[in-house]
Amino acid sequence: MADPMRIRAQAQGDKVTVRVLVSHEMESGQRRGADGKLVPAHFIQNISATHAGKTVMSAQWGPAVSKNPFVQFSFKGAKAGEKIEVNWVDSKGDTRKDEAVIA
Amino acid sequence: MKRRQFVKTSSSATVLGLMVAAGLIPQTAAAQSAYNKAAFESKSFADAVKAMGGAAPALSTDIVLNAPEIAENGNVVRIGASSANPAVTQIALLVEKNPFTLTALFDVLPGTDANFSTNVKMGQSSNVYAVAKIGDKYVYAVKEVKVTLGGCGG
Repeated sequence: MADPMRIRAQAQGDKVTVRVLVSHEMESGQRRGADGKLVPAHFIQNISATHAGKTVMSAQWGPAVSKNPFVQFSFKGAKAGEKIEVNWVDSKGDTRKDEAVIA
Repeated sequence: MKRRQFVKTSSSATVLGLMVAAGLIPQTAAAQSAYNKAAFESKSFADAVKAMGGAAPALSTDIVLNAPEIAENGNVVRIGASSANPAVTQIALLVEKNPFTLTALFDVLPGTDANFSTNVKMGQSSNVYAVAKIGDKYVYAVKEVKVTLGGCGG
């Protein structure tokens, strides 16, 4: 399993801005390894965030998203002290789920 | 009897599909686990938009693309897109000259701002597109990003 995500969620007024730093190789399938062979693609395909059981962010990614991806989004309807959960699924079927408290 | 049953089941499946298309059933549940493989394997801007379900996107100020003029390192290029139009349901980021054009596809859910940013890889200097789905129309914004050092293949 991959390393944990770094999630920072900040409430400002009625809006919560979330920044997520995922730890993932995001291998594009275009790169050649030391042996000259193409390194097979391995990247996050679906990433989503939920707050109080409601999905607040949902995205599909291709292999061109950078290694250790960053994503920023904001949503309404949450308060400081509540929890936000982010989870992803990659092209090999690996998943990871992490949560953070909104500051 | 069997035929009857077949007709029954197939027509109910069609109805379900139509209901999703018409927006009667919230699309989020259906879209969440789905991965639009065809769109992510398109090799041109036009093909990618077509695979997302749009025909001819129009240049519009309804979508704002935030991208640097010059990116020193093509491995990490911060790209953001936002829209002030409340009817936006999807925002996509595309890099024209990458092997696969479509890079990221965000669903704009109720309560979530149509404002996303992420880091992408760019193989070479290229036009970057942000596409927004508004109702059943697609609009886009474009900007050229010059890359000093490519991020793919290396």
